[in-house]
Amino acid sequence: MLNKYDILETIRMIQDECLDIRTITMGISLLDCIDPDIDKACAKVYEKITSKAEKLVETGQKIEKEYGIPIINKRIAVTPVAMLASACKGESPVKFALALQKCADTCGVNFIGGYSALVQKGFSAGDIELIKSIPEALAVTDNICSSVNIGSTRTGINMDAVKLMGEIVKESALKTADKNCIGPAKLVVFCNAPEDNPFMAGAFHGVGEPDCVINVGVSGPGVVRSALVKYPDASIDEIANIIKKTAFKITRMGQLVGSRASEMLGVPFGIVDLSLAPTPAVGDSVAHILEAIGLECCGTHGTTAALALLNDAVKKGGVMASSHIGGLSGAFIPVSEDAGMIDAAINGTLKLEKLEAMTAVCSVGLDMIAVPGDITPSTISAIIADEAAIGMVNNKTTAVRIIPAIGKKEGDILEFGGLLGSGPVMPINNKSSEQFIRRGGRIPAPMHSIKN
Amino acid sequence: MKAVITVIGKDNVGILSKVSGICAECHANVIEVTQSVLQDMFAMIMLADISQLEGDFSALVDKMNVLGESLGLSIHTMHEDIFNSMHKI
Repeated sequence: MLNKYDILETIRMIQDECLDIRTITMGISLLDCIDPDIDKACAKVYEKITSKAEKLVETGQKIEKEYGIPIINKRIAVTPVAMLASACKGESPVKFALALQKCADTCGVNFIGGYSALVQKGFSAGDIELIKSIPEALAVTDNICSSVNIGSTRTGINMDAVKLMGEIVKESALKTADKNCIGPAKLVVFCNAPEDNPFMAGAFHGVGEPDCVINVGVSGPGVVRSALVKYPDASIDEIANIIKKTAFKITRMGQLVGSRASEMLGVPFGIVDLSLAPTPAVGDSVAHILEAIGLECCGTHGTTAALALLNDAVKKGGVMASSHIGGLSGAFIPVSEDAGMIDAAINGTLKLEKLEAMTAVCSVGLDMIAVPGDITPSTISAIIADEAAIGMVNNKTTAVRIIPAIGKKEGDILEFGGLLGSGPVMPINNKSSEQFIRRGGRIPAPMHSIKN
Repeated sequence: MKAVITVIGKDNVGILSKVSGICAECHANVIEVTQSVLQDMFAMIMLADISQLEGDFSALVDKMNVLGESLGLSIHTMHEDIFNSMHKI
């Protein structure tokens, strides 16, 4: 029997506390589209994506109506395009980006992710060409996202790729300087990239995945915060329990929507990614949860511990609510997309060094951080290497999505608009890491990678 | 299969009749209503069987939304599954 308080709680969560399904992402394998003739390959890609995802947006809208729950994004993730590009020698992989953009336009999805390469141990055919084409691909398309995996716990860190990615991030910002440097906001550099992540910009469809699959990303920082503010004097144990209960409810909804979408589309259901993904909207901030736990401002002492507690409790609450958990699952801390983080960065409480420490205990990495436009490629590479080291040693996913704000300096604001928000340009350390990055090579995998 | 219809807003003449009128139009059988009026605020939760529904569920949602807008009420029409999955193990 339904209880009226439960009904009203659900409605309050959706209406007042910004509870939503952040994304339904359809993963589509493009391995059967590989062709040495790039035009033929692009035609196959278009044909496959538009036939598989033809009803994705429509289905999402139907589910929204049925359950009265907003589904913010409908997206597609594809096989890393470097694998398709490897067959087409001498051709520019940007053609694939344009073909994917055409698919995005036809299907009406927000983003297609997978303009990607996996180079954690080294470059294979097509990888270098694809990586070098990223700045142009991101400049000539609007809805394509790119990611490059440069390290893992098992393989160590490919420092040649780290060096290259520093240059690519900078070049991508320069190429889109007239569009608020939007290029690098669509580019993620990973260590331990998950193959079933439904969230952008890092989504791609791993080679071990089925031909087509539905993954769902839930969200709900506002709900967690509202639950916590009711208990200003609760002990930390109680706080952890409240977060767990809330995460359970949120994830159950993700499970329901995912299984319904999978049934309606006739595509297997992959995973629920139980992440707390903030948006710039008021009441949808992860920083504000940390503040509700008891910090005056996100970024002050205690932030890392509070985030560790939050991240762990979210996973524990969500894991029983879904048959399969995957993707990034945890708390996101994208600076420009979180109203509380933006404020904390502007008032100087939240600094890059603290964010780096926070990435050791949350689900992702340095995300959506604007840095001064005159940053050198080697400094970007060094930031990537630091993050990758945290991921490699701690057996977790870390990522870097920083945006060199061309023509702007510390204290300025870079406006992206929409879900990407606005980023205060944060100060960086101005001492050089040039020699370290120039060396190239590979950081050996840590001792605990040898598990067998 | 049931739908949960919640109506919240300023009390007025005929709210219950208009909401149940739409249910009847769409062949949704009202099986339970709980309603209260606090001062001048009207709050109602209605449970309707939708297994014999004529037309799409989304058509029912659309009609309720139109009614809600015309009366200045907040009307939510949702499939019961969302509440069952969120609040029951």
